[in-house]
Amino acid sequence: MAKITFILHNGTEQTVNAIAGMSVMEAAVKNMVPGIDADCGGACACATCHVYVEPEWRDKLGKRAPMEEDMLDFAFDVQDSSRLSCQIKISDAIDGLRVRVPEKQF
Amino acid sequence: MSDVITTDAVIIGAGPCGLFAIFELGLLDIKCHVVDILDRAGGQCAELYPEKPIYDIPALPIVTGSELTHRLMEQAKPFHPQYHFNQMVTELIKHGDNDFELHTDGGIVFRCKVVVIAAGGGSFQPKKPPIPGIDAYEGTSVFYSVKKMEVFRGKDILIVGGGDSALDWVNNLQPLAKTMTLLHRRDEFRAAPDSVNKMRELVAANKMQMKLGQVTGLTGSDGVLASVQVKGNDGSAFDIAANTLLPFFGLTMKLGPLANWGLNLEQNLIPVDTEKFESSEKGIFAIGDINHYPGKLKLILSGFHEAALLAQQAFRYINPGERLLFQYTTSSSNLQKKLGVA
Repeated sequence: MAKITFILHNGTEQTVNAIAGMSVMEAAVKNMVPGIDADCGGACACATCHVYVEPEWRDKLGKRAPMEEDMLDFAFDVQDSSRLSCQIKISDAIDGLRVRVPEKQF
Repeated sequence: MSDVITTDAVIIGAGPCGLFAIFELGLLDIKCHVVDILDRAGGQCAELYPEKPIYDIPALPIVTGSELTHRLMEQAKPFHPQYHFNQMVTELIKHGDNDFELHTDGGIVFRCKVVVIAAGGGSFQPKKPPIPGIDAYEGTSVFYSVKKMEVFRGKDILIVGGGDSALDWVNNLQPLAKTMTLLHRRDEFRAAPDSVNKMRELVAANKMQMKLGQVTGLTGSDGVLASVQVKGNDGSAFDIAANTLLPFFGLTMKLGPLANWGLNLEQNLIPVDTEKFESSEKGIFAIGDINHYPGKLKLILSGFHEAALLAQQAFRYINPGERLLFQYTTSSSNLQKKLGVA
C-alpha cells in the first residue's frame, strides 16, 4: 500500500491509497482524481494521463521508457518532470509520491 | 431532404466490438449499417495503437490493432455491412417501440429497429492544445485538420507535432505554402521514417525550417494570427512568424452527442444489464468500453461476448413471436450458408 498525492491545477491536494502493482493512473481513475483522462486505459497510447512529478521524487522514479517518451509528443507543455502516470508502477518505494496534474489533458 | 436509409440495425462505432456485432447480428439475419467518426474502421485499434501488439485476443497469441481490425472486417464481410465513415451520429429520435431515427453530421438519416452503441470512449476529436487565446483563431488561422489543401496556398504555416499527421502535412503543404516551419519538442519523430527523411531534405534545401521547442502563446488580431511565441529547448524564448497554425497532438475521445439522447449515464458510461446489454431505452444496446455493469472489464473480448448476447435480444425485437433456434457455426448448414461456406 502506498499513499499518492495529486496536486490539482487549482492547488488543492488529493491523497489516495494505492495498492502495489497498480499504476499511478489507475489509482487516480479509481479515486476519481480530476484531470487524469486516461483515454486508452493504460496502454501508453494516448498521453492523456500526463503528470508532473515533484522535484524530490524525480530520481526515485527512474527514467521514461522510449515508448513513453514517444507518447509525450502528444502531451502539452512537456517538462523535464513530465511523466505518463500509466507508466509509473506503484510500490512501497514510492509511498508518499507527489505529482502535479495539468489543467487539462486537452 | 436526404433519402432515408431503412435497415434493421445501426451500429455506432466501427471498433472491434462494433465489427463483431455485425457478425453476430448477421448470423441472425439482422442487416447492419455502421457509422464511425474516423475515416476507417478499427476505433482505438486503428487510431491509438494500430502497430501495438495485443496479446489477449483468444486464439491470437499476438495481433496488432490494425491486423485485428482487418480480420474482424473479413469475418463480417459475408453479411455485407454498409460502412459510413467520417460521420458522427448527432441525433437519435425514438418514434416508437423498435422504431428509431438517427441523423449524422454529414446529413445521413437512418430508420432502424435496433441501435447498437459500440462507441468505446466516445468519438475521436483532435486535441486542442490549451494555448491561451487559441479559440479566437480557430477556423481562421488555427486548424486541427486539413480538409482542403488549397486553403493553405501562399500562407506562412507553422505545424506543431512530431507524429505522422504533422510530418505528412509538412511535406504535402510545403509546396503550396509561402513559408513552412515545423516545431517539435525534440529532434526525434515517431512518424514514418520516409516522411521524416523527406522533411529533413526540405530543411537541408532551405525550403522550410525545423525548430525545437513548445508553443507558449499566440499574437495576432481579429482572428488572424501574426506570430507564435515559443519556448525553445535550450530555454530561450523566440517568435515564429506565421498566419496559419496547425497543431497535431493526436486525437482524444469525447462522449459527444450521445449524452443528449435521453439514456441513463453513469460517469459517461451507459449502464446495461448483463443478459441483453440493453440501455435504459428498449432497443438501444451498448457494448464494449462504453457500457458498464457490475464486474465489467474493459477488454475487447468482453465486448465480443456482449455482442453475441445482444444479438439474441435484437432478434426477438425484430422478429416478434418467432422462435430463435440456437445454432453452432460448426454444425449448422443454415449458418454456413449465410457465411458462404456451405
